[in-house]
Amino acid sequence: MTTTTSSLKIRFRPRLKWKYLLYIPLVFLAIFYLLPMYVMLATGFKGFEEVSLQTMWNLPSGIRFDNFAEALDKLSPYLLNSLNMVIPAAVISSFVGSINGYVLSKWKFPGADIIFPLLLFGMFIPYQSILIPLVEFMKTIHMYGGLSGLVLVHVIYGIPITTLTFRNYYAAIPTGLVEAARIDGANLLKTYWYIILPISIPAFVVVLIWQFTSAWNDFLFAVVLTGSQNWPITVALNNMAGSQIIAWNVQMAGSFITALPTLFIYIVLGQYFLRGLMAGSLKG
Amino acid sequence: MIKNKDKYVAIALVTPSIIAVGIFVYGFIAWSVRVSLSAWKGLLPDYTWAGFQNYLNLFADPRFHIDIRNTLVFTIIFVFGSLILGLFMAILLDQGLPGENFFRNLFLFPMAISFIVTGVVWRWLMNPAEGSRMSGLNLLFDKIGLDFLINQWYTTPKWGMAAIALTAIWQMSGYMMALYLAGLRSVPEEIREAARVDGATELQIYSRIMLPYLQPVTLSAMIILGHISLKVFDLIIAVAGKQLALDVPAIYMWQTTFDGLFYWRGAAIGTLLLLSVSVLIIPYLIYTLRTETEL
Repeated sequence: MTTTTSSLKIRFRPRLKWKYLLYIPLVFLAIFYLLPMYVMLATGFKGFEEVSLQTMWNLPSGIRFDNFAEALDKLSPYLLNSLNMVIPAAVISSFVGSINGYVLSKWKFPGADIIFPLLLFGMFIPYQSILIPLVEFMKTIHMYGGLSGLVLVHVIYGIPITTLTFRNYYAAIPTGLVEAARIDGANLLKTYWYIILPISIPAFVVVLIWQFTSAWNDFLFAVVLTGSQNWPITVALNNMAGSQIIAWNVQMAGSFITALPTLFIYIVLGQYFLRGLMAGSLKG
Repeated sequence: MIKNKDKYVAIALVTPSIIAVGIFVYGFIAWSVRVSLSAWKGLLPDYTWAGFQNYLNLFADPRFHIDIRNTLVFTIIFVFGSLILGLFMAILLDQGLPGENFFRNLFLFPMAISFIVTGVVWRWLMNPAEGSRMSGLNLLFDKIGLDFLINQWYTTPKWGMAAIALTAIWQMSGYMMALYLAGLRSVPEEIREAARVDGATELQIYSRIMLPYLQPVTLSAMIILGHISLKVFDLIIAVAGKQLALDVPAIYMWQTTFDGLFYWRGAAIGTLLLLSVSVLIIPYLIYTLRTETEL
C-alpha cells in the first residue's frame, strides 16, 4: 500500500482504432462527476429573478454575482473562522508529524515498534467512540466552544496520519546520511535541523495539504466543539441548508464558496494531494 | 550506536504525542466504555453502575434495528458500487489514451470536497418533487427521455439509503480508481506482453492476469470503504437532516447524546461502532505492518 504516483505514469501501449470508443464511457463518467459542479456554477451565476428550480439546468443568460454576494454575506464570518482554525492546525500538525516521523524512522528507541501501530490505530477510530469524554475534557480545560480547542483536536487526531506520512518519507532517505552526520558529531536535533528538515519540503507539502483539507472539510468535531460564534464554514453551510429561510440558489453558491479553497489546492497541487491519498491509503 | 543523550532526546520529542494519543484515543475510549456501562442521563455526569443491561437495551431498541439495517444497505451499495466503478474507470484509464491525466484528475476531485458540500448539492439534485414542481435529476431525466429513471431518491420508502450511497459513490469512487490504477500499473509490462504473444485477448488479460494481481488492492479498498460506511454521518445530515428512515448509528449517537442527553446510550453506540471498525482495522493494520519491508 505504499504505491506512489510515479507508478501512475502513462505507459506506451500499442493503440488500436477501436480504443477511441473508450472515450464514450469516459465522457459519460465525466458528466456524472461534473453534474454537481455544473448546477452549483450555473445557479450561482444567475440573477435572482432568473433562478427557479424548474430551470435549474439552463445556463445563466449572463454572468451575475447576486447569489455569490448573498452567500458570502451570510458565510464570510464562518469562512474567516475556518481559515483561522485550519491554518494553525495544518502547520502545527506538520511539525509534530515531522518530528515524530524522524524519530520513529531514524532514532528508533526500544518499544518504538509497538508505539507506531498503537498510534496508527488512532486514525481509524470512529470519533463517536470518544466524543463524550472529549467534550467533557475540553470543558474541563476551558477549551470548549472556541477555535483553539478545535485546533488542538485536529492536531492531536492528526498525529497518526502525519506521523505515518513523514515516517514513510524519511524511511526512504538513506540512513547513511544521518549516520554520517552522527559521526561528524552532530546530535539528533542538529541532524534534524541541518540535514533532514531542508529535504523534507515535499513531505511538508503533502501533509499540509492533507491536514488543511481534512480540517476544512470536518463537520463532526466542529459541530460538537464550537459555539455558533465560532462555527467553521461547514457547520454554517449545513445550518444554512437546513433552514427554510435561505433559498436553494444561495445554498448552491454557498456550497461552491465552501468547496473553493480545497478545490483550488487540489487543482494547483493535485499531485501532492494524490500522494497523500496513496501514501497513507490507510486513511479514510 | 545511538548515544545515550540522543536516545533521551528522541524519547522526549515523541513523548508529548504519545501522551496526547494515549489520552485522546485510548483514555477516552476507556472513559467512553465506562459511560456506556453507567446510568448517565441528563446534563450532569452520573457514573452509577448499570452494567451490560445498557447494551441489551440498545439491542432491543427498534431505532437501533433500523440503524443496523440502514448501515447494511448503505455498506453493500456503497462498497460494491465504488469498487466496481473504480475498477471500471481504472481499466479505461489504463489503455494509454490521450487525455488520461485530465480524466483521472476529474474523477478524483470530489475527494477534495467536504461531505457537507456534496450533501447539500445532491440534496437539490435528488429533489423528489413531482409534476410541475419537478426539478433536479428527475427533471433532467424527463427532458432527455429517460422518464423510467425518475424516482423519489432519498425519500423512497425503505430504499432511501441507496440514494445516499449513490452520493457517497460519487465522492469516493475516484479514490478507488486511483488505487486500482496504481495496482494495474504495478503489473510488469512483460507479463502482459507474454500473454499477448501467447494469443490472449485484452479481455482475458484483464480477467485472468490483472484481477488476481489486484486482489490485495481490493482487500484494502474494501476495508477502507467498509470502515467509512460504518462512520457515515455528515453526508446524511447534509442531504436529509435527521430522519428516522435514514438513521444510522453515528446519527443516533449524536442525537441521543447531545439532544436527548442519554449519555449512556450514546457511549454504548460509540463503543459498538468502535468494535465493528476494530474487527476490520486491527487485522488489516497487523497485516500491513508485517508485510511492510523492514525500514
